[in-house]
Amino acid sequence: MSRTPLDTVEHAAATPDVELPWAELGLKKDEYERVVEILGRRPTGAELAMYSVMWSEHCSYKSSKVHLRQFGEKAPESDALLVGIGENAGVVDVGQGYAVTFKVESHNHPSYVEPYQGAATGVGGIVRDIIAMGARPVAVVDPLRFGAADHPDTKRVLPGVVAGIGGYGNCLGLPNIGGEVVFDACYQGNPLVNAGAIGVMRHEDIHLAKASGAGNKVILYGARTGGDGIGGASILASETFDDAKPSKRPAVQVGDPFQEKLLIECTLEAFQEKLVVGIQDLGAAGLSCATSELASNGSGGMRVTLDDVPLRDSTLSPEEILMSESQERMCAVVEPEKVDRFLEICDKWDVIATVIGEVTDGDRLEIFWHGEKIVDVDPRTVAHEGPTYERPYARPSWQDELQADDANKLPRPQTSEELKDQVLKLVASPNQASKQWITQQYDHFVQGNTVLAQPEDSGMIRIDEASGLGVAIATDGNGRYAKLDPYTGAQLALAEAYRNVATTGAKPLAVSDCLNFGSPEDPAVMWQFAEAVRGLADGCKQLGTPVTGGNVSLYNQTGEAAIHPTPVVAVLGVIDDVARRTPVAFQEEGQLLYLLGDTREEFGGSAWSQVIHDHLGGLPPKVDLERERLLGEILISASRDGMIDSAHDLSDGGLIQAVVESALLGGKGARLVVPDGLDAFTFLFSESAGRAIVAVPRSEEVRFNDMCGARGLPATRIGVVDGDTVEVQGEFALPLTDLREAHEGTIPALLA
Amino acid sequence: MTARIGVVTFPGSLDDRDTQRAIRVAGAEPVALWHKDKDLKQVDAVVLCGGFSYGDYLRAGAIARFSPVMDTVIDQAKAGLPVLGICNGFQILTEAHLLPGGMLGNDHLHFICRDQKLRVENADTAWTTDYTAGQEIHIPLKNMDGRYVADRRTLDELEAEGRVAFRYMDFNPNGSLNDIAGITNAAGNVVGLMPHPEHAVEPLIGTGRTDGLPFFTSILKKLVNA
Repeated sequence: MSRTPLDTVEHAAATPDVELPWAELGLKKDEYERVVEILGRRPTGAELAMYSVMWSEHCSYKSSKVHLRQFGEKAPESDALLVGIGENAGVVDVGQGYAVTFKVESHNHPSYVEPYQGAATGVGGIVRDIIAMGARPVAVVDPLRFGAADHPDTKRVLPGVVAGIGGYGNCLGLPNIGGEVVFDACYQGNPLVNAGAIGVMRHEDIHLAKASGAGNKVILYGARTGGDGIGGASILASETFDDAKPSKRPAVQVGDPFQEKLLIECTLEAFQEKLVVGIQDLGAAGLSCATSELASNGSGGMRVTLDDVPLRDSTLSPEEILMSESQERMCAVVEPEKVDRFLEICDKWDVIATVIGEVTDGDRLEIFWHGEKIVDVDPRTVAHEGPTYERPYARPSWQDELQADDANKLPRPQTSEELKDQVLKLVASPNQASKQWITQQYDHFVQGNTVLAQPEDSGMIRIDEASGLGVAIATDGNGRYAKLDPYTGAQLALAEAYRNVATTGAKPLAVSDCLNFGSPEDPAVMWQFAEAVRGLADGCKQLGTPVTGGNVSLYNQTGEAAIHPTPVVAVLGVIDDVARRTPVAFQEEGQLLYLLGDTREEFGGSAWSQVIHDHLGGLPPKVDLERERLLGEILISASRDGMIDSAHDLSDGGLIQAVVESALLGGKGARLVVPDGLDAFTFLFSESAGRAIVAVPRSEEVRFNDMCGARGLPATRIGVVDGDTVEVQGEFALPLTDLREAHEGTIPALLA
Repeated sequence: MTARIGVVTFPGSLDDRDTQRAIRVAGAEPVALWHKDKDLKQVDAVVLCGGFSYGDYLRAGAIARFSPVMDTVIDQAKAGLPVLGICNGFQILTEAHLLPGGMLGNDHLHFICRDQKLRVENADTAWTTDYTAGQEIHIPLKNMDGRYVADRRTLDELEAEGRVAFRYMDFNPNGSLNDIAGITNAAGNVVGLMPHPEHAVEPLIGTGRTDGLPFFTSILKKLVNA
């Protein structure tokens, strides 16, 4: 059998006219020409493979980075930030010598093509990012968006995604404590599967992705490399879907959570013995990414012998080995005298580990195959000097018309009976309904430190058994709001996540984000993106919560139709003692219900406008971040001083949605009185931001009121925890049994 | 003196550290045991904890049953060593034939995680004396393959001899025959169940109940008083 001759560096230099398949690999013509210019010759096939994946939108952020710079430029002063943007994940100081790392990433495209594996490997990837920082992963969260709940394809995608997240995360032993599930027709062909993870370490254990010290060994460990996921980052994640193109299913990776669990334990043991100089996980772009990033972040160059990479399929070409996105692999840089011990630990955990190269004095990344040099590049040009685009952006022509279509003018319920019917419809609508059918497929309890998990406002994990120190995380994002006004929408997502963390009693510290948008080649989408980033950066500055890292997912678009702009924001908070956490559920009858904040007639983008009128138009609720901060301070103080026994943030669905959730979770009803100055409809359904309800024990009422009064936060007594109905005086009373049936029956009926 | 209770870590074990914590909370001393090691370090009892040992490859518990540590556990369990199998540990005990029957995939085909109500049917085993027979408790349940099955004769025997230790109440979460959540061997030293008592030992954490703690205080009392 004859094979084409190996495309070595020497061969490439001698054959400048050979045509390479740069377009098929996702590169644009001018990008390919830039590669030729950098190298001073045409690239070899292997070099082309590396550049094509590392310069993809997914890996290089070429369309987004000119905007993302704002997160650094506008970063608020924060003592808490230990490691910022640019590493595998940001790291935050949470006190008592502990550091927490967290990040949210997207696995949108693969999850549409192959829901189970796409979602599973999304969890796997984010968890490896957390390990690579030196931390033990302690929890995961999953913000999800699907097409219409009753669309037949949702029944294909959602159960697969949920089973994939559960199948992988449960097997890793990571409690799933939060996230969201949202349905909207705009996600029909582009579901959003975002995955977040949190890890905990001591300050001194922080590790970084860099290869320094000439002579240090590069060790690849974990799964063998196979042919799966080739081009995942470049071909799958960086283009729009098109029915006419061949199936992209082979570009989806296949996960093995058991292998990843072993990888976690063996990596942590190696960290504990201080065996690791630098470390990088293999995710998007596989070995291309790991070798070029480690080398370009370090002091020297790197030499790699590709023949030493353990393969699942011996027929793989060197290009394929460099591009493979086989899961559960990591790359560590280890001093020569510590290599034996490192390999011993891998052997203890039955993890395959192989020295594949070493750090060199030079500044080149050189890769060899069968003794011949097939890659000779400056690693910085691969990892960090990819193209940067100043994509044109323009406010879409339809934006004014959309905003003029005022939701506040929609017909409102005229009678008490109609109001009651709309309440029942709202709490039973797919977006507002209980997601228990989904979340009960995730393990919440493993590791024995879960204090709060969904459907609580934020997930909370204890990180120190003796002191009770804990962290909380919430993720939020409302694409409907962002469609109406991307700047405000992004700030509303931030405000909601911030509020959700504070509602449980934790102090918000830092932000990670996952920015899901359509095609950057569409100026309207690019405008949405630019506005959302600007809004988020401004908001983070005002709230004093720096963005520590995150992820951008573009090309969430099928044909001409882009998804709603969907910035998903994760806020991490800290609580001194988890015993002081505030749950959502009503605890005791007789406790007084207070509404904190101001209620205005704000229905643009609201759940009510969607459920009752299938309408999206007008302006989203106003944002007042100073008010959010004050509300947060009150909620945290009230929790610390034992003034409230339950609290729930008000967001989509408004007050009635929050009251129904607290009532059903606590098994206790509520009697509500419409406050002076508000009509019942606005009271129940408005989505004004900066609000929460709290249940105050009668003995604490005076103290609580005094605190709110002294600090200038409006606090209105709206009722009492009581009975087995949710009653709005003078309007209606709905039995908890009816509400439970409506709220909990929807999702199983659609999906089970 | 206190009791030393071993917790075996297999590759893929998940609740080993949680189980060690539960043992500590109860006042006993946890001892880490390793699957490749036949030595049980002279522990007074062993817990096989939850997780996905060997990735549940082949069948949950089927490979772990052949690991070196299990040789010793099986021998000593037959000689009276108290052994508790939780979830994957229960699966391993059935695969090892220390307990009869076996586990199939949940009848609804999904992983299920919930706060499960149980009735304590047998409060005379080494692991259940701090309960009273008939007591109703809530213990977290989380599994994919939790449907207990056995042939009719075995089921009749288990029922007749009072060897059904725990039964699901109100809701059978996986289709287990006779609502069986956990069983014991005839001698009462080997107990297996699908729910996770180690996740219910501290207020505030998990479901916020401590209904699982008596497993660990029961064995501690038995060993200390022995």
